Amino acid sequence: MTLLLASFAPPYWLSTLIKVLVISAVVPTTALILGMVFLFKIMSWMQSRLGPQEAGPRGTLQLLADGVKFLQKEDIAPDGADLWVFKVAPLVVLMSTLVLYVALPASMHLVVADLDVGVFFVLAVASLSVIGVLMAGWSSASKYSLMGALRAAGQLIAYELPMVLAVIGVVIQAGTMSLNGIVLAQNNGSIFGWSGIGFPYILTQFLGFFIFIAAVQAELTQPPFDMPVAESEIVSGYQVEYTGFRFLIFFLAEFATAFVFAGIAAVLFLGGWAVPWLPTASDWYYVLGPIVLFAKVMIVSFIIFWVRFTYPRFREDQLQSLAWKVLIPLALVNIVVTAVLKVVL
Amino acid sequence: MLALLVAQNIAFYIIAALMVVGALRVVTCKNLMHAALWLVLVLAGAAAQYILLASEFVAITQVLVYLGAIIVLFLFGIMLTRAKTGTDDDLDNKNSAKFIGGGIAVLLLGLMGYSLIDGFKDTEFGNLMVQRTAQVSDSIFSTYLLPFEVLSILLLAALIGAIVLARRD
Repeated sequence: MTLLLASFAPPYWLSTLIKVLVISAVVPTTALILGMVFLFKIMSWMQSRLGPQEAGPRGTLQLLADGVKFLQKEDIAPDGADLWVFKVAPLVVLMSTLVLYVALPASMHLVVADLDVGVFFVLAVASLSVIGVLMAGWSSASKYSLMGALRAAGQLIAYELPMVLAVIGVVIQAGTMSLNGIVLAQNNGSIFGWSGIGFPYILTQFLGFFIFIAAVQAELTQPPFDMPVAESEIVSGYQVEYTGFRFLIFFLAEFATAFVFAGIAAVLFLGGWAVPWLPTASDWYYVLGPIVLFAKVMIVSFIIFWVRFTYPRFREDQLQSLAWKVLIPLALVNIVVTAVLKVVL
Repeated sequence: MLALLVAQNIAFYIIAALMVVGALRVVTCKNLMHAALWLVLVLAGAAAQYILLASEFVAITQVLVYLGAIIVLFLFGIMLTRAKTGTDDDLDNKNSAKFIGGGIAVLLLGLMGYSLIDGFKDTEFGNLMVQRTAQVSDSIFSTYLLPFEVLSILLLAALIGAIVLARRD
C-alpha cells in the first residue's frame, strides 16, 4: 500500500487536478471537524451544557444540518449595498484560506507545493483576508459593518507583525524557511546528543509559540480578540448583513483558517507530520504523516479554542497595547536571543 | 522546455491584459473604493508576473508588502475619511490636467519601453534560472550590505519623520 503510493507519479495536469480536488474537499471538512468538535462539543462541556443532541449520534451531524439550512436560505443583500463588492468579499476571504493550504505539508511529498520559502508564503497570503473583510464591511452600507471592518483592519495589521516576528526565531534555529525543512530539522535534531524525541522547537521557542498562538487568535478575530465581531456592541461587525451561503463561506473560512494555522504552528513548533521514533525518510509517512499532523493540529486547536471559550473580550486599547507594547518587543528580544545562541552554540 | 515557455508566454499575456484593464479602471473609476480594489488586481498581477519570471522572493514580498499592507492601509484610510457607496463626481480632473497626465504616461511608456528593449534585446528568455531566496539573502548580506544598511536607516528616518509630523503635541 505505502509502496504503491510512493511510486505514484501522475502527469502534471492530473496531479494539479487531484490537488485542486483534494484541497476543495479538505477545506470544508477541516472547518466542519473544528466546528463540530470544539465549537459545539468541547465548548458545551466547558460550560456544563449538553450541546447539540438531535442530529446524528450525540449530535455529531448538527453542523452538516446547519450547513444545509444556510444553503436553503435566501441570498439577501441590503438596499444601497455595493452589490458586486458585497458578493465577492466572502470569496476573497475564502480564497486566502485556500491558498494557505497550498504550503502545509502533510508528509514529505504530500503537499500541494513544497515551497522553498513556505513560511514566508504563508505569512504573506494570510494577510490577504483583510482585504475581503474590508470589502465586506464597506460594501454592506451599514454603520455596524463599517465599524467592524475598521476594527478588524486595525487589529489584523497590529497582530500580523508579532506573528511574522515570532516565526523568525524558528527560521533562525532551523536555518531554512521551507516548512518541510523545518520538520526535518526538528525530527532529525537532538538535545545535547539525546535524540529520543528529536528536537521540537517548542522547547526553545516557547515564547515564539505563545506569541504565534496569540497572534493567530487575533487574526481569526476570536475571543478574547473579537472586537471586530463583538456581538454585544456591533452585532457581528462586518458579517452582519450576510445571510445564507455567503455567511456560511465566512464561517467555513474562519474555521478552516483556524485549522491551517494550527497546522502551521504544529509544523513550526511541534515537529509537523513526523514522529521522532520513525526515520523521516520512511515510506510509512505517506499514510502516517497526515494522521500525525492531524493529531498535533487537534492539540494546538484545543489550546486556541480553550482560550476562546475562557477569556472575556479585550477592550480596543488593551488589544492594541498588548500587540505593540508586549508581543512585538518580546518577539524582538526572542529573535536577538535566538540569533546570539545560534552563533554561540 | 519549449512547452513550458509557451505556457509561460500565454500566462504572461493573459495577466498583462488583466493588469492593463485594471490600471485603466484605477484612473477612470468614479468610485474611490472601486479604484483601490482595481489596484489590488494590478498589484496581484505584478506578483504573478514575478512568479512567471521565477523570482519567488520578490513575488511573495510583493504580496506581503503591497497587497497585505499598503492596499489595506489605502482601504482603511478611504473608509475612515469618505466611506460612501456609489459614485463621486468630483473625483475627475480638469481636461487640461487629463492631457498633461496622458502626455506624461505616453512619455514614460516610450522611455521604459526603449530602455527595456535596449537593455534586454540580446537576452534569451529560455535560460532563465530560478532565483532562490537563499541566494538573494546571501547577496544582500554580503555584496550589498552597505546599501542595505543605508536603506534601513533611510526608512527609519522616514518612520520617525512620519511620527513627528503626525503628532501635534
